[in-house]
Amino acid sequence: MDFWFFLIQVLNGVQYGLLLFLVASGLTLIFGIMGIINLAHGAFYMLGAYLAYWLARTTGSLSAAVLLSLPIAAAIGYAIEALLVRTLYRRDHLDQVLLTYGLILIFNEATRMTWGADVHGVPVPEALNWSIKLTDTLSYPAYRLMLSGVCAVLAVGMYLVISRTRFGMWVRAGASNRDMVAALGINVKLLFGVVFAIGAALAGLAGAISTPITSVAPGMGDSVLILCFVVVVIGGVGSIKGAFLGAMLIGLADTFGKVFVPDFASFTVYGVMAAVLLWKPRGLFA
Amino acid sequence: MENMKGISRRTVLRAGAVVAAGAGGFVPTRFAIGNTAKVKVGFLLPYSGTYAGLGEAVTNGFKLALEERGGKLGGRDIQFIAVDDESNPAKGPENTNKLVTGENVDFVVGPVHSGVAMGMVKVVRETGTITVIANAGAGAATGPLCAPNIFRTSFTNWQTAYPMAKVAAERGMKNVVTMSWKYAAGEEAVAGFEQGFTKAGGKIAKQILVPFPQEEFQANLTEIAALKPDGVFVFFAGSGALKFVKDYAAAGLKSIPLMGPGFLTDGVLKEQGAAAEGVLTTLHYADALDTSENKAFRGAYRKAFSKEADVYAVQGYDAGQLLFQGMGTVKGDSAAKADLIAAMETAVIKSPRGTFTLSKAHNPVQDIYLRQVKGGQEVVLGVAEKALADPAIGCKMG
Repeated sequence: MDFWFFLIQVLNGVQYGLLLFLVASGLTLIFGIMGIINLAHGAFYMLGAYLAYWLARTTGSLSAAVLLSLPIAAAIGYAIEALLVRTLYRRDHLDQVLLTYGLILIFNEATRMTWGADVHGVPVPEALNWSIKLTDTLSYPAYRLMLSGVCAVLAVGMYLVISRTRFGMWVRAGASNRDMVAALGINVKLLFGVVFAIGAALAGLAGAISTPITSVAPGMGDSVLILCFVVVVIGGVGSIKGAFLGAMLIGLADTFGKVFVPDFASFTVYGVMAAVLLWKPRGLFA
Repeated sequence: MENMKGISRRTVLRAGAVVAAGAGGFVPTRFAIGNTAKVKVGFLLPYSGTYAGLGEAVTNGFKLALEERGGKLGGRDIQFIAVDDESNPAKGPENTNKLVTGENVDFVVGPVHSGVAMGMVKVVRETGTITVIANAGAGAATGPLCAPNIFRTSFTNWQTAYPMAKVAAERGMKNVVTMSWKYAAGEEAVAGFEQGFTKAGGKIAKQILVPFPQEEFQANLTEIAALKPDGVFVFFAGSGALKFVKDYAAAGLKSIPLMGPGFLTDGVLKEQGAAAEGVLTTLHYADALDTSENKAFRGAYRKAFSKEADVYAVQGYDAGQLLFQGMGTVKGDSAAKADLIAAMETAVIKSPRGTFTLSKAHNPVQDIYLRQVKGGQEVVLGVAEKALADPAIGCKMG
């Protein structure tokens, strides 16, 4: 057991962490760069999952469903930014909380009205419906490994876009001084709309591609949302690198918490957060 | 002086009105209005959120039972009042009060969530309103908190789990891992299994409890694989059940038999697909029960609501039957509480699940079926435990 057991649990933790990063990355963009506390982020995650479930049913292909649900989530994100969130940039955080909390309720009820209250699942695509034998009793599903790969690629991609491209530069500049960026002739309104849409699309993507290993049900985004905030706060608001490390930390803490201190499993994640914040009150990379 | 007079006159009038109203409340049920006033039945059920579908099934089942019997209770017309309990335990007492005090209902039928049931029980123990629990399996409601006016037509968590222990032992399992969410229903079910299994000489290799309602099971599946038990007994329901069964299969653990109360597959079987193949469950009902009562019930339900009945609909249906029998015996006189309760206590319910009676603690004494998923269908293997009564530890009634 021991060494292998430990190693497999590390793999579990990293895998869970990567998944958390994918959801949290959109939040850190919106929360960190635009300064919007977007409680509806979990709702976008749920929306992505429902769209993937529904489209996979109608098209018969999960990959087509995931690709189709991306632009839909982005478009809904853009519309919400343009119609609602835009009016709140100069207002108090509490107003944003109120608006986005209201959005959660609307999204939850709307999905229930559209798709019903039943629990749904999406079968793993045939091509990935196999697993790797790790021990004589345990195998690792290929889909989970593929998911980790996608998350890792996206993490690197996001980091490069934000730190190396002109678009990334606009985003960073817009976050620190939007008036100056506007004066330089950049359409900040459009820029923020696009960032919000990307954030929503990332959450939607996370929801969509995790459907085969999760259950699609109303309110599924709520628990994800809390973990995302923990990840973002640990990592330092607005830092993609921070969100990545935060997600890894939480993934591992949760995994090992469940195995070694099961009685405190519901607190380990928050314990880690408290410890990090005591040490670095603004998060790891802020 | 003028003023004072005015006040005092008004006060007198008001007091008179109160007395009149009070007297009015006393007299009519037995004499003036007699059997003609409507019986008020209050539903305390979830009509929104995750359990909305279950609340709807209970309501449908209840109404179907009465419609089939002429749509009356003891010859009186029925008025239904529904309150959405939101599956929110914190609002349990408040929502119960809405029905009991606000609407002055004769009967309460509810809830799905055990936490809500605990709040409801607190209130109706005070008011004495006759209450039928149509789902929530919390042992305490027919255990330490049992009361003459509290009945149940569903199950206790213990009842759905204990019989599996015998099955596991008979199949030669010696070493079993148990797992559930860390909350009342799961812990009661797991405790029921463990009690039976250790009594049968088995050993619990490990009890794993994960925070409710978390659904990331990978770490614990790794643990199970390392422990290599002869079997795994779990309590999960709804989305957690769907995910656990899929993850269990994906982790390659299918060579270790998976067992649990029937909620592990009920309602999510189709979505679980091939992953559920072979899963063994125990429950007081199975859709596929081959009895004429069950077939008639399922046919009528399908016709009335154009969807398939489930265990929740059965429990609502039997709540309707129980009230119908009780009210029939007292000829609609809902004020004759002692007689009404006595009639309900001795009722014999011809349920789609099979005929059952009530224990002294007012919980069904019922057969628990052993079911297994074969070819994507829930197949009834037989009766795991005949006429099983909850031990009702702590109930001082009867």
